Parts: sequence; structure tokens; C-alpha cells
Amino acid sequence: MSEVAALPTRKHEDFRYSDIDALAGVWPIAREEIVVADGGDESLQIVEDGAAAVARHLVISLGKGAKFDLRVLSAGPVYGRIAVDVRLAEGADFTLGAAQLATGSETLEVVTEVTHAGLNATSSQIVRTALAGHSVGTYLGRIAVERGADGTDAEQSVRAMLLDRTATANARPELEIYADDVKAAHGCAVGELDANGLFYLMSRGLTPPEAKRLMLQAFIAEAFTGAPGEAELSEAAIARLEAIL
Amino acid sequence: MLKIDNLQANVADKPILKGLSLTINPGEIHAIMGPNGAGKSTLGYTLGGRPGYEVTGGSVDFLGQDLLDLEPHERAAAGLFLGFQYPVEIPGVSFVQFLREAANAQRKGRGEEPLSGGEFLKLAREKAGLLRMDMDMLKRPVNVGFSGGEKKRAEMVQMGILDPKLAILDETDSGLDIDALRICGEGINAIMRAPDKAVLLITHYQRLLDYVKPDFVHVLAAGRIVKIGGPDLALRLEEEGYEAVVQETAA
Repeated sequence: MSEVAALPTRKHEDFRYSDIDALAGVWPIAREEIVVADGGDESLQIVEDGAAAVARHLVISLGKGAKFDLRVLSAGPVYGRIAVDVRLAEGADFTLGAAQLATGSETLEVVTEVTHAGLNATSSQIVRTALAGHSVGTYLGRIAVERGADGTDAEQSVRAMLLDRTATANARPELEIYADDVKAAHGCAVGELDANGLFYLMSRGLTPPEAKRLMLQAFIAEAFTGAPGEAELSEAAIARLEAIL
Repeated sequence: MLKIDNLQANVADKPILKGLSLTINPGEIHAIMGPNGAGKSTLGYTLGGRPGYEVTGGSVDFLGQDLLDLEPHERAAAGLFLGFQYPVEIPGVSFVQFLREAANAQRKGRGEEPLSGGEFLKLAREKAGLLRMDMDMLKRPVNVGFSGGEKKRAEMVQMGILDPKLAILDETDSGLDIDALRICGEGINAIMRAPDKAVLLITHYQRLLDYVKPDFVHVLAAGRIVKIGGPDLALRLEEEGYEAVVQETAA
């Protein structure tokens, strides 16, 4: 993704669902470069829980056999954008687990571009979004498999839960493949909490917000499973869920 | 304890319960039997407060409160337990977490102190043992991957932990093999046979009643109770069929 110097408009595909007014306040976005050397193993945890607008752009380069585990919790900003470009060399592995929790008129987005540049690299993105009020949650996920990057295994699992019918979820998976023997699985679903499940939980004594929180906690946990800071992320997510339900 | 008077209820604008009356006193066990489509499950769901079950007339008094005025969770806190015919699977939420939160939500609703983690686990282990259920199963996600019989036993474990005043058990016997039927029957007796508790069993078959002896058997047909009797009525129904008994009443 080549970063535009001028403030983008919604005609720019990567900013199609952005809150441009809020974006103007944090523009331009600094590029945060991360390089993991051959065989390296690193992780990063991003928690955006302040109310102010925030936009970040991570550019990650993974050497041969390098691993990177990125977890994102976006829960609070009036506008929150996390863009991640990753380039994987041979045998590298990239994991993104992201949860976005929004209410009111908040706009949250995660935008990824994962490029498999070498043989047999693996990547996975798990994105869970829960939206109340008039909030907007977006995930734009592009996977590019370059010529010669045979044996690529890339997967995307994207799910959004609308807690109110006034909320909006956008999801756009994109695949561009120029190699052979490539596995690229993606699943995408937008839905509402299961009414049967909610009634079941409430019939046992949970209040409606408690029942919803319990179901959403499980839904979001999928993004943080196996993270080094799993417990801390879950706790922060629950605190935000309690606030938006 | 429970006084249902002329209850009428619609599901999707279709009248299902058409003036059902029934009184349950503390210490009693009642069974409701009836053919498919009579309104048995609708009665359970309506009493539990399930959305989509619309009360169009009549009243229900539960321990001096207007039951129909309460939300589902308030009905639970007041002492009502609804055993589901088809217990719902909740991926990602463990039984232990769910039941501890549910038990404590009920206690909070009644102004009682919450159970600590240790106290809760002790209680859960005791009730699981009663239903011969391995405690490890309660660490798994709610009902996920459970067989039909395991789900029903898990319902009874929940009932044991939540300790209700009145249990409405909707076809707890369906999907059970002979051993599980006996274990569930004995569980119901152990948990609910008490002078200050009562049970309403909703069932198609007499077999559960071999283990849980009812004081009264009601026959439900076309949204109304058409016949009341003792345990022998269930045996007669089994022998002669609903049609004969229902028609005899009509005539």
C-alpha cells in the first residue's frame, strides 16, 4: 500500500469507510517499521482504549522462518484505524488476532495487506467485531501471493456481530494469487447474537446485558486465543463490553 | 405456589393455549401429558417468558407475584427453573463460568451474597455427582458436543445448582436411554422432592413417571386441560392412547 501524502477521500479504496473528518485530525499517519530477522520470533500487543481518534500504520517485514504474533484490541476511540502491511519471506509465519468493540457513532477499522513473497509461509487473520448504537466497524483484508511463493497457507476468519440494527459492519476480503499449490481460506459473516442462546442464559438468571456479555466474551476470545497477553486482552475487552451493553 | 388461571397465549399470532388453568401447591409433583401440538412446550416457554410467546389473556401467580410481569431472569431469581427439551449449545462459554454467573446473578437478585469460586465448585461437584456426570464435562463449553442424554443430565445438574422452588421440565425424558432415564428421574427426586418445592413434568410418555411419581396427571389437548387424574391416568393413557381418553372427555 503506497501511503498517500494528501488526506485521502473515501474514493481511496483503503479509506472507503473511514471517518475522514476524524482522520484529518491525526493525518498524516506515521509508518511504524518492524523488521524480524531470519528465524526471529516476536509479538506485539496493541490496545487502543482511549476515547481520542487514533490511526496507526505498521509495516512489518518477516525474514526467513521468522514469526510474528500481533494482537489488537480497539475499544474506545471515536475513530480508530489500524493498518498493517506484512511481507513474509520463505517459511515465515504471521498471526493477527484483532477485536473491535464500538458504540455510539464510533468508527473502527482494521486494514491489512499480507504479502507472501517466499515459499511455504503461513499467515492467519482472525478479526472479531461487535458493534452497538450507530457505530461502524470495518475490516479490509488483502492477501497477495507473489509469483514463486508456492506452498503458501493463508487464512482469514472475519466475523461481526451487530448488537443494534443501526450499527454497520463492512468486510472486504481480497485475494491476489500468482503462485501454485496455495491454500487461501477465508470465512466472513455478519450476524446478530443467537436469540435462543440468549433466552437460555436468561432463563438461568442472567440479566440481558450479562447474557449478551457472556456470549460476546466467547465470540471475541477467538481473536486472542494463544496470545502471550491473552488474559490481559480478555479483561480489557470485557471491561469495554460492559460499558457498551 | 403456581396458579395458572385461564391462560391464553399465541405463537406467531396463532392461538395455542386457549384457557388453561392449573394450580400447583408446594410439595406436589404434576405431570402434563398430551398429544403432539397440544401446547405442552408452549406452556413451558410461556411460563419461562420466552420472546415470541405472547400472552393474550389469563393470569399466572407464582409465590404471590404476577409471573407474567417478570422478565425471564427475574422469573429465575424468583425460583422458577425451565428444563429445556432441546438445551442450547453456547460455544466458547464453559458451564462452570455460566452457572457460577447465573447462580450469583440470582443471588444478587434476591439480595444474597455471591458464592466464591471454591464454594461454587464444591456445589457443582456435588450436583454433578448426583447425576453421575464427570466434573470435567462442566469445564467444557455449554452443551457443545454433548449427546442428547448428556444434555438432559446437564440440565438436571443446573437445576441442582440453581436450587429452584418450581421446576418446569419440558420432555426431560426425550433422548434418554434406560439408564440415563433412571439417573435423571432419581436426580429430580433428590433435588426437587421437598415440602417447599414443586415440579411440573411435561412429557409424552409414562416411563419417566415410573421414577418420578406424580401426585396429579393432567391431559392437555388443543390448548386446554381436558382431564385430571392420579398416576393411574398416565398408565391408562399409555394403554389406550390420547385419542380415546380425549374423546371420552369430549363426549
